[in-house]
Amino acid sequence: MELKYVGLSEINGPLVVLDKVKNVAFDEIAQIQLSDGSRRLARVVEVEQEKAVLQVFEGTKGLSLTNTTTKFTGKPMELALSKEMLGRIFSGSGRPIDGLGDIIPEKYKDINGSPLNPVSRTYPRNYINTGISSIDALMTLIRGQKLPIFSGSGLSHNKLAVQIARQAKIADDNGQGFGIVFGAMGVKNDVADYFKRSFEETGSLERVAMFINLSNDPIIERILTPRCALTCAEYLAFEHNMHILVILTDMTSYAEACREFSSSKGEIPGRKGYPGYLYSDLASIYERAGIVKGSTGSVTQIPILTMPNDDITHPVPDLTGYITEGQIVMDRHLEQTGTYPAVSVLPSLSRLMKDGIGEGYTREDHSMCANQLFAAYSKVQDARALASVIGEEELSAGDKAYMHFGKLFEEHFINQGFDVNRSIEETLDLGWALLSTLPKAELDRVDEEHLKKFYDPDKAKALFGE
Amino acid sequence: MDTIFSINGPVVKVKNARAFSMQEMVYVGNKRLIGEVIRVTESFTTIQVYEGTTGLQPGEPVEGTGAPMSATLGPGILDNIFDGIERPLKKLEELSGAFIADGANVSSIDTQKKYNCSMTVNVGDKLNAGDVYCTCPETLLIEHRCMLSPLSKGGEVIWRAPDGEYTVNDTVVKIRLANGDEQELTLCQKWPIRTPRPCRQRLHGTRPLITGQRIIDTVLPIAKGGTAAIPGGFGTGKTMTQHQLAKWCDADIIVYIGCGERGNEMTQVLEEFSELIDPHTQRPLTDRTVLIANTSNMPVAAREASIYTGITLAEYYRDMGYHIAIMADSTSRWAEALREISGRLEEMPAEEGFPAYLPSRISEFYERAGYVENLNGTEGSVTIIGAVSPQGSDFSEPVTQNTKRFVRCFWALDKSLAYARHYPAINWNTSYSEYVGDLEEYYTKNVNKDFISVRQEISTILVEENTLMEIVKLMGTDVLPDDQKLLIETARIVRVGFLQQNAYHKDDTYVPLEKQYLMMKLITDFYALAKKALADGTAYDKILSLGWADRIVKVKYDIPNDKPEMFDEYTKQMIQDFEKLTEVA
Repeated sequence: MELKYVGLSEINGPLVVLDKVKNVAFDEIAQIQLSDGSRRLARVVEVEQEKAVLQVFEGTKGLSLTNTTTKFTGKPMELALSKEMLGRIFSGSGRPIDGLGDIIPEKYKDINGSPLNPVSRTYPRNYINTGISSIDALMTLIRGQKLPIFSGSGLSHNKLAVQIARQAKIADDNGQGFGIVFGAMGVKNDVADYFKRSFEETGSLERVAMFINLSNDPIIERILTPRCALTCAEYLAFEHNMHILVILTDMTSYAEACREFSSSKGEIPGRKGYPGYLYSDLASIYERAGIVKGSTGSVTQIPILTMPNDDITHPVPDLTGYITEGQIVMDRHLEQTGTYPAVSVLPSLSRLMKDGIGEGYTREDHSMCANQLFAAYSKVQDARALASVIGEEELSAGDKAYMHFGKLFEEHFINQGFDVNRSIEETLDLGWALLSTLPKAELDRVDEEHLKKFYDPDKAKALFGE
Repeated sequence: MDTIFSINGPVVKVKNARAFSMQEMVYVGNKRLIGEVIRVTESFTTIQVYEGTTGLQPGEPVEGTGAPMSATLGPGILDNIFDGIERPLKKLEELSGAFIADGANVSSIDTQKKYNCSMTVNVGDKLNAGDVYCTCPETLLIEHRCMLSPLSKGGEVIWRAPDGEYTVNDTVVKIRLANGDEQELTLCQKWPIRTPRPCRQRLHGTRPLITGQRIIDTVLPIAKGGTAAIPGGFGTGKTMTQHQLAKWCDADIIVYIGCGERGNEMTQVLEEFSELIDPHTQRPLTDRTVLIANTSNMPVAAREASIYTGITLAEYYRDMGYHIAIMADSTSRWAEALREISGRLEEMPAEEGFPAYLPSRISEFYERAGYVENLNGTEGSVTIIGAVSPQGSDFSEPVTQNTKRFVRCFWALDKSLAYARHYPAINWNTSYSEYVGDLEEYYTKNVNKDFISVRQEISTILVEENTLMEIVKLMGTDVLPDDQKLLIETARIVRVGFLQQNAYHKDDTYVPLEKQYLMMKLITDFYALAKKALADGTAYDKILSLGWADRIVKVKYDIPNDKPEMFDEYTKQMIQDFEKLTEVA
């Protein structure tokens, strides 16, 4: 016999309270049926003897204390999974919304996932060639990595994500399956549409599963969206051995949804009102990337987040940076000077890069070239700071050389255009050419052997003029 | 039977229970999840659960064990990886596959494996607390010494097993206690993780923990049994620095606690350490390493426990007479776990939502470090090196500030150094070490009698550069007089040629103390010679054109670690070059 409970005893924001319920488990899913026949899903977030607090995913609008009947499913939130999910569009809670009907599930899985045993992981080592010089050379993306894009409102992060998705040579040489899982949390309709259109234009729509929660959709559903997307990704990667690239946007909206839910639950807030467990919560999303032993598939994550007020110390980018394996930071100043992609090189980083580059992966001179570019570009910043005080004319010859290098570096290396797809050889050769515009003695991160091989001022002159 | 009343995340309450004591370990629910009692009131007992509570229902049973949360101590700990409550992850993988399931009940150490034991006592011997009664090779590197529990009153050996192969639960020795009771001793024992293991007395630590990292060993040294904190925002290289220390420091055993960090990092340590060969013993590093992994998506309550589990294991090996170094990465995650549990208990928060008892918990942890004389008379040490991840890279936040109060070494990582890929990105101006005085004697005796004075000279150069940089930032270097230009140049040599160290270079990743000294000496010699030349009227540009600055910067790569005699040639040549210069002038 199925037990149904009529009515509610309290409604507060997205939370409802039921009294006198029996055998309710923590974290289980309930179905709330309204008197007009519509249904909503809810999750148990707290139980106390016969009282249960439920979080309603689709919002509590229209709910009253008497017009509902609630049924507990006895299971945590599960997502129906099938290989057919690629090419389909789902709501934030995993319901198909493209009008093509339900999928035929091969399996159901708890969307919260389980922590992956570190012993069962394979350390990611294979690099993904994105064709974007700044990323490939300086913050190389590795298969199985989680590398977020830290951006701000109005910057071209979406364009960059699309370019990565389009150009990434992620598939194995043997042409193994490659798919994209796209999770949109609280994004504008235009943004969701932009991604859809871009995937269509590049003909990759049938390899993309989209989970979309728009900014006017209920916030609680937003908490489910990345989890549904990652459950789908894990299933495709680890049970069908595919290489899955997960793009999640916008993590800031997600964190704000967490905050809204937390405050309506009356929890003690941490920094800027975000819940104290935001770190653990974000980790339960980001950590779901990697490679599992015994499977040839992988989950690579590119979460996108907008830094409120371009502030990298805001709790969301800050906590994200502590969990993810590096970050790609976008820069407003570069964007304004017409540079695309406006990647701010110095604060950007890929932690897995060191083991995925060099001989056998990219090219043996990669790490030396990258280190020297970083070191040189950081001196450009010093020279610029000085120039803004004493004027460029007054700079020493060394500082002037750096000013020149900085300009060329931004114009030719960072800036490359939406349709340009550079191979790693082209990228590294370009890097060496740029370094060759500096006096030889300044290249203190390079050993003699490589200087001999790659330091060539004449070639640089031919490329960039005087 | 006591049953669950309410569930809120990892916090479970039991109503009207009388049987539970504080910090008792309990089994919660039908799945028998592991939990710990953290508050007892008349009406409610509050329990934190170390595993996921999804699916738990009110009314399910809660069962006490009568004992506090304890770690099992015995052979089989080394070369292993545990979760926060000492469950072996390799076993969990066999049980539940790649993803960790809840309620898995496994023993901490392998109960099947046989160890080749040698008894060190005979019938009639008197055994006191802490005394060793049996030894066995745990790995090829470390001999495991089974000791009588520190709490035991001691007794007389009445039976001993013959030397041979035994599992950890076999009885190997029987003793008669003072009150006439007999006690059977196996290869393992239990110890409550939140209680420090006692020692006879704490000693003054005068030996450095040699790490092979120049900025640490010479500029900011740490003593064996000391405490250090590595604070730094994300991307500044905390983990990298910890890995380097774990690989190269001269401790006998490393306990690496991955507390709320990335899963891939733990995998990296596992893979890398099994391939790397320890320079001191020619064995894989895993032979002397134990890993505690609570990755950021594993249950938060176990994160809080992982730190204590780690230090208990360390103290156990210290009692055998070993030197242990603990890498805790990161203590901020542990503090945040405290905050999360505290929030769920609805305690009154202090700063930034952290509980008011944060400072006392941090100090309790760091105070468990030390160089001690053990109960059995041997000497051992536990060194704690804790990473701190300040929110928003702001060192004024509570965890960093409170940690600073209880550690004696502060290795502050700097964002701008990391951006310029200057690693290790330890900022020499904001960091400090209180151990320099304690270690002076060691360096003078074992490295060189001038070590301390040369070190001081290097420090002075850096400090003077720092003051000059204020001017340089405003006007550039061109306006400075020659002697100050020389100082800036020498400081550059120190920074690039000495402080910066390449972890991926075969020689530079670990540099012996002797070479560190010779490198410093070469720099100070250069500075002295150049200063003299300037005073004699040689132009600054002439001195630069000798090219010695760049040669010294590259010494770290050009002179292999095993050829210190090459430094003599360098010095000789340098002196000649300078002599020629002054002759021309």
